Amino acid sequence: MIDFLKRLFGQSSSSTTAKERLRLVLMTDHLELSPELIEAMKRDLVDVISRHVEVDRDKIEVNFERQDSALALLANIPILSVSRPIGNPTLVPVETVPSPTAPDVAQPRVRKRRRRAAKKAAATSVAPASAAAQ
Amino acid sequence: MQQTQIVQDEVQSSAPAHRLGRAIVLTSGKGGVGKTTTTANLGTALAHRGARVVLVDADVGLRNLDIVLGLESRVKHHLLDVLEERASLDEALVPGKHSEQLFLLAAAQSREKDEVDAAKMKALISSLRERFDYVLIDCPAGIELGFRNAVAGADEAIVICTPEVAAVRDVDRVVGLLGNRFRPQLVINRLRPNLVKKGKMLSVEDVNAILRLPLLGVIADEPDIIVTTNRGEPLALRKDTPTGAAYHAIAARVAGEDVPAPMPAAPKVTILERVGSLFGARRA
Repeated sequence: MIDFLKRLFGQSSSSTTAKERLRLVLMTDHLELSPELIEAMKRDLVDVISRHVEVDRDKIEVNFERQDSALALLANIPILSVSRPIGNPTLVPVETVPSPTAPDVAQPRVRKRRRRAAKKAAATSVAPASAAAQ
Repeated sequence: MQQTQIVQDEVQSSAPAHRLGRAIVLTSGKGGVGKTTTTANLGTALAHRGARVVLVDADVGLRNLDIVLGLESRVKHHLLDVLEERASLDEALVPGKHSEQLFLLAAAQSREKDEVDAAKMKALISSLRERFDYVLIDCPAGIELGFRNAVAGADEAIVICTPEVAAVRDVDRVVGLLGNRFRPQLVINRLRPNLVKKGKMLSVEDVNAILRLPLLGVIADEPDIIVTTNRGEPLALRKDTPTGAAYHAIAARVAGEDVPAPMPAAPKVTILERVGSLFGARRA
């Protein structure tokens, strides 16, 4: 009876919870397996940001964190100077909303999947950077 | 000695010199998902089809396959005796109770996994492939040395997974470790169709949406399996039971026959039971 009511009121079944947990745990597993990928992403990220501001390459932190329904990439990138004025020079791009990952995307096995998953998963949010104006 | 002689005769007389048998490792990463039960039943079903089958228990230190096959009192020599040349292969092979086509090579019970030499293991599996159509290797749980030794001589893999988050995760890891060389195929074990129907268990589709492996078949979680294991008689001996038949279908698929993958169906529920369950009554 309780099951019936739960279903009636749209509470998700435990198998749905299991599926969701499994999807996330595997995504994390696959990320953990390729530190070289994280390094590559870190490099690319910094390259893009460096086009607009000067960042402290030695103090960059990139982490993956599991949030409610998505895996988020959290980057802490200290900014040394704003080399090129972009609108308001004191304002640094702070955060892009983490987008939930597509659950039904076909993922080929082995390495390729890790890469793709990583790219999909990386809901980039550049953490509030310490913008030190010159 | 007399028994040993018989083994020798049978093995030698039936050995084709030209064609090598298939060495298949049954693995899962996680323990307790049914590797040993599946090995025993698949071996029994393959032997029933007329193939010559040897089951190798690679779980050194935790010998179990002899129990499931009801052969525990007949084991005189084990895998390490053969690898370390204290016994010949013919002395160590234990003939099956119900089939002249099925043999067991038991694991050592009082030894450790790191005492197995991978190169020797590989050579042993090669020589077994010359004598048998199928060499099924029951892999220990884990992904350490015991796993690596069990996998060493195999050229194919069957992975066993239950519909649980932990089991799927571990299989995913094992498949990653195996790589493409073993062309892993999947057996989903302990499925409870009733729970799947109610949304309380991962379905076959859920599991394989993640693993994406060729599916050999699905085995239901049946009290029969416990009962037959208690008796040391694999359920595959009873082809008239749904689960026994499922093992035979899996064996046929392993042998390359184009039969559908066995899929347990949820038992029919009467209207009375359905009304009962609506009010909280539990079915057995």
